[in-house]
Formats: sequence, C-alpha cells, structure tokens
Amino acid sequence: MSKNLKALACIASILLASPAFAAWQLNMRPGITELSKQAYGLHMEILWICVAIGVVVFGAMIYSLIKFRHSKGAIADTTLLHSTKVEVIWTTIPIIILVFMAYPAARGLIKDEDMSGADMTIKVTGYQWKWEYDYLDQKVDFFSTLARDSNAARIKGSGIDPYSVPNYLLEVDHPLVVPVHKKVRMLLTAGDVIHAWWVPALGMKRDAIPGFINELWFRADEEGTYRGQCAELCGRDHGFMPIVVVVKSEADYAAWLNAQHAPPAEAAPNAPAAASAAAPATT
Amino acid sequence: MTATHIADANAHVHSNSHEHDAGHHGPMKGWRRWAYATNHKDIGTMYLIFSLVMFLTGGLMAMLIRAELLRPGIQLLDPAKFNSMTTMHALIMVFGAVMPAFTGLANWMIPMQVGAPDMALPRMNNFSFWLLPFAFTLLLLTLVVPGGSPAGGWTLYPPLVLQTGDSFPMAVFAIHLMGASSIMGAINVIVTIMNMRAPGMSLLKMPLFVWTWLITAYLLIAVMPVLAGAVTMLLTDHYFGTTFFNAAGGGDPVMFQHIFWFFGHPEVYIMILPAFGVVSEVIPTFSRKPLFGYDAMVYATASIAFLSFIVWAHHMFTTGMPLIGEMFFMMSTMLIAIPTGVKVFNWTATMWKGSISFEPPMLFALSFVFLFTIGGFSGLMLAMAPADFQYHDTYFVVAHFHYVLVPGAIFGIMAAVYYWLPKWCGHMYNMTLAKTHFWLSTIFVNVLFFPQHFLGLAGMPRRIPDYNTQFADWNFVSSIGGFCFGATQLLFVYLIWSTVRSGPKATDKVWDSAAPIGLEWTLPSPAPYHSFEEAPEIK
Ligand SMILES: [Cu+2]
Ligand SMILES: [Cu+2]
Repeated sequence: MSKNLKALACIASILLASPAFAAWQLNMRPGITELSKQAYGLHMEILWICVAIGVVVFGAMIYSLIKFRHSKGAIADTTLLHSTKVEVIWTTIPIIILVFMAYPAARGLIKDEDMSGADMTIKVTGYQWKWEYDYLDQKVDFFSTLARDSNAARIKGSGIDPYSVPNYLLEVDHPLVVPVHKKVRMLLTAGDVIHAWWVPALGMKRDAIPGFINELWFRADEEGTYRGQCAELCGRDHGFMPIVVVVKSEADYAAWLNAQHAPPAEAAPNAPAAASAAAPATT
Repeated sequence: MTATHIADANAHVHSNSHEHDAGHHGPMKGWRRWAYATNHKDIGTMYLIFSLVMFLTGGLMAMLIRAELLRPGIQLLDPAKFNSMTTMHALIMVFGAVMPAFTGLANWMIPMQVGAPDMALPRMNNFSFWLLPFAFTLLLLTLVVPGGSPAGGWTLYPPLVLQTGDSFPMAVFAIHLMGASSIMGAINVIVTIMNMRAPGMSLLKMPLFVWTWLITAYLLIAVMPVLAGAVTMLLTDHYFGTTFFNAAGGGDPVMFQHIFWFFGHPEVYIMILPAFGVVSEVIPTFSRKPLFGYDAMVYATASIAFLSFIVWAHHMFTTGMPLIGEMFFMMSTMLIAIPTGVKVFNWTATMWKGSISFEPPMLFALSFVFLFTIGGFSGLMLAMAPADFQYHDTYFVVAHFHYVLVPGAIFGIMAAVYYWLPKWCGHMYNMTLAKTHFWLSTIFVNVLFFPQHFLGLAGMPRRIPDYNTQFADWNFVSSIGGFCFGATQLLFVYLIWSTVRSGPKATDKVWDSAAPIGLEWTLPSPAPYHSFEEAPEIK
C-alpha cells in the first residue's frame, strides 16, 4: 500500500513539478517575455475563475443528483417554476465576474499591440515550408528550414526512431538570433499562403499573410534557445517548418552579427550557405 | 403560461384517423416509399440514418487521424493525406453528421410537438433530404480524384485552398448542395412552426426543442447563403480570374476569413441550440418537474443567436486586426457567457428539489450539461485575446470545440434518440446496453479530448501529422481514448438496429414513471403515420 502511495506521489511530482520535465506537461509555461508572462497570468486567472464557477455549479448539480433521487423517494416540488430574484442574481454575478476578467484582458491587449520604441526590426517571411529572416538595416538575410536529421526521420518508413533525433521536428539549420533585453519588432508576411509565426516562450503569435504586413514585438528577458512552430495550416509540410530563436547576450549577439558579415563575397544573396558554415552549433 | 399545460392535451385525437380518404392510409411500398417520401417521419428517418452513416464515415477518418498521432513519426498517412483526412473529417461531421441529425429530429418531432399532421412543405422536405446523398457522394469522390481531396482545412482559407487540385470545384458544389438542403430544411421548420401549431399553442407554450429549432432555422437562413457566397468567390478566384482574396489583384485573403466566420460562428450555435432544446426536454422529464425559467430559456436562446452574429472575429485574433476590433470581438464574445450561464443555471434549478431518475436519455443529458460547460469554460478562456495569442491554432482549440461538439451536440443527439426512439419504433431498447454505451462514451470521450487541453497548453499546434517527442505521452492517451470511443459507438449502432427490429412494446408515454409532458406522448407508440390528423386542444 505504502509502496503504491510512494509510486503515486512520484508520478504526481513528475506530473506537477519541474517544467524541465517535458513529458506529461499539463499547463502553459510563463515564458520569458513580458507578453508571455502576461498571457500566462491571464490564463491562470481565468482558469481559476472557471474552476471556482465549476465547483459551485457542478457542486449544486451533484448535490441535486444525490439529494433529490427518485429512487430515494424524493418528491418533486412542481411549484418551483421560476424566481425573478434568483434569475436576476445569476445574471448579475456573471456580469461582475466578466468585468473582472475584461479589465486585465483589455490592458494586456493594449500592451500586446504597443509596437513603439523598438530597438530593432526583423522581417520574417513564411514560405511553403520555411522561414526567411531579414534583419532590416543589418544586411543580414537568411532562410531557416527544418534540420536535416529531423527531415530524414520524419519520412514515412524512414526507420529512424524520432526519440533518437535531438529536438525532433523542433530544430532548424539557421535559427533566428536576437539580443537579450532588446525590444524586437517583427514584421510578418508570406510568399505563398498564410503561415503563423509562434514561439510559445515569447508569448505572441501572428499570421504571416501574403501581400500584407503584420507586426508583433517581444523583449526576451533570458538568454537561451526557444522553439516554436508554424501555427497556421499551410499545406503538406505545415508540421515541418519549426522556428528556433536563440537569445544571446548583447556581446555574443554583436559577435554573431559580425560573423554574418564576415565573408563579404557570400554575404548578401547566398546568406543561407554562409550562415550554415558560420553558425552550425547555435544551441 | 408554460409548457406544462400541454400535458392536458386531448389524448384521443388519433382514434379516428381512418375515416379520412385514400392516400392517407400509410406509406407506399418498396423503394418508392423512400424516393418519393413526403411523410415527415419517413424523411426524418432517412435524415437520421444518413447522419449515422456519415458519423461512422467521419469517425473512421478520426480513427485514422488518431492512429497516425498515436506515436511520433509518420506511420500511416503521409502529410498530404493527413491534411485531407482532417479536412474531410470536419466537413463530414459538421455538414453530414450533426446538422442532418438535428434536421431528422426536427422532422420527426416538430409536427408531433406542435400538434400538426406533417411538415408544412412535404415535397420540399423530400428535395432537401435527397440533395444530401448527392452532396456527400460528390464530396467523398474527391478522395479518389487526382490531386487528392481538399486538404486546406474545413475553414477553406485562401490562398491555401486554391492549391487544391481537381477536387476543388467538387467540394465547392458539394457545399452548395448542403447549403441549399439546409436552407430548405430551415424554411420548412419555420413555416411548420409558424402555421401549423395546434390551436391554443401560443409561441410561449411551445416545447423548448421547437423553440430552439425555430431560432436555429433563422440562423441557417441567415448564414448558409453567406457560406455559399464565400465558396463561390473562391471558385471564381480559382477559375475565372477574380481576385477577391488575392492581394496581388487588390483583394485580401483575410476578407475570406471574415466572411467564413460570419457564417462559422452562428454555425456553431446551429449545431448546439437544438441540443439545448433536447436537454431542456429531457431534464424536466426525469426530474419530474417542469423546466425552471421557461421564458428565460427562450430569451437566453434568442440572445445567444443574436450575439452569434457579432463575435465572429474571435477566430481571427492573430490575423492582425486593429486594436479596437480585437477589443470589440473580445468583449462581445465574453457576453455570450451570460445567456449560456442562464441556461446551465436553469437546468440545475430544474433538477433542484426534483425527483431524479437516471434513464439513458437523462444520463446523456447530464453528461451534456457537465461536459458542455467544460467546453464553455475553455471557450471563455479562448475569448481572452492576450491569452488566445497562445491558445490559437493549438490543440487547446481542438479540445475546446470537440467538447462542445461531441459531448455537446452529439450527446444531445444521443439523448434525443434514447428519449424518443421508443416513440418512433414502438419498441423499448435494452437499458443495460444503453447504459453501457453511455458510460463507455462518457469515460472515453474525456480520455480522448481532455488531454488535448494539455497538449495545446504545452504548445502543440493543431493540424500537424507528426510532433516532437515531448507531446508523445498525451497523444498516446488521447489516441487510446479515441479508439475506445470509436468502438463504443458500434454499440450504439447495434442498439438502434436491434431496437427497431424488435423489443418489448413501448407504452404511449414510454417513460411512465416520469410522466413526460408534451403532445408527442399523447400519441400511441409507435406514432401513427400522420401525427395529428385533427388538431389537439391545448388548454
Ligand atoms: Cu507554415
Ligand atoms: Cu466563434
């Protein structure tokens, strides 16, 4: 018995604790930007409100189902047809709760849409099925596609075990590199169909639409490597155009930028090739 | 004042039905009975059988999808096939399973519930049903057309959908046929309810199922032409050089999304309001107590229908709308929680101080209330735009809409079938089998869909055939739940088949111990071919 309990506690701790434990993940993570933390906070607030309402409503229902059972001889009170007082109460309380939800949501939305004061701008273009990153004013422009080992393993009948591939389907040849603590403004567009650029840890998702330019912003608070995926169905290989963002310290970022400029002959149109030679080990 | 008075309706109206002239005696023989059907029960039966066949077809596709997602790596379906399966699964379930099931229920029950002999427009009724087999044959044929079936998602977003091969016009025409069928069905419902109610049945004495269908019918007439327009614009963009949705020609791909969701959001209420109606019939019966707040229920349904027209862009927060637009659609969407809450509270209050028993229709109705509410909660969460930027297009959304559609709409349909089947065929079904079907369905629907919330929150996008190993565990659980849920539905098919063939004779009231209220229970079981040849009296 106690052995079972121990096992249960062990499973529970795995389920509930350490975000480092990727498997069996239950909840959203707070992420590493103001916007992602804000989304997480709002998510948790609404979640708990829903849990509280659920406890009350489901509680009343379960109580009725137990207390007023025909099999236990319950007699129905058929005079209980309506009550203006009760109806006013249960219309008013939800309105008040909604106001409490709407206020932080509206404030959050204003923050989400505040593109002012950006330190740098990167234009991202979605294609079937890769991303192009163009560091405006920096003359750095490259494509980012699914890493080769993932690409080989994901073919039907490849015989390669996805578990043997590091960061299966979430690794690219050339990640997006950005400096920490800088407000990065992304301009999004697409070359063929609609895609959506999303890295959960950065807290923002936006469609990349052919012929139009969308924008989003983030300011990463922590260095590290963050992964995401295209989030708008874009055809056959929609599941195979991941996004990897490497957040570097300002010095490391400057060094990376220099390396991108280093071989001048290859710099502009053949940037992808240059980048693959220069920065293969970015994680 | 309320529907309770219907209980007093004259129970002997059917006794003299044979004094009428020839042609009213019964159905034609053989295939003609079905091909030329004008009887509301025959047409209702065809709708329900059609819906069941589509439910199994779409379900089979769901099984393939879940089999592919059982483990990371691509095992069964290459990505293009996978996309076509998700697209076809959705189109078949929405337009082939859920909507025809409700039209079938409307056909069977509305004349019986308002005291009419039949639907108002029987030939149009025939036409609206018989369009469906052609529509879905056309849609299913796309599976064997070179280039494959539509694979751009049931939302048909351009420019992606314009990459569909030869199957594209077939899918568009199939949708046109489905839309025409739905509109005719809706017209028939409205005309029947407006003109053929028994004397004394004022609007606010109608059963809730009739009310919710009346409102649904208006929604259908309002939005099906919008969908038809949207897909026609896709067609002309594809073949006739227009550029409605092409920026290069001055168009805008996002405009399609606005038009689509102007149809799409009311559409979700088209699929749920009649289920609200069913549940509002079943819960009072098995609580042995009239529905609490009848008027409030009607007004709440009407408010939901009205609000459904001004919330559509909550599906489009990530498209980069202006801030003011995002604010508007966020707030209007939150408002829907109020009338929806009123409904749930009223159902709860109906059970309060009742005398509750747990027959299969009640079990499904209760499961509906609990699980639909969970879908409502996740809907409220999705309405919060700043959080939606994280939820959008992830499995969280998949979990949300499956909660409102499977234990929502489909459990509502099952509650209706278990409630009225003995009235339709005159046989009682096997209670143990029905309760087994209920418990297995309820358990496995949660094993299937609840983990999808976790997957979405962990960051798994929807509509992907393969995923990182971090998503493997919950996908495995979800797939196992899916297979078990799918297998459980075979029990449902067997139960219907065996009950229609034989079974203990059902009484006229069917649920005698609960003394159900409503005109349909004043008719014998099985109900006569023409429901009410003489209008019953409503006191
Ligand atoms: Cu994409
Ligand atoms: Cu909606």
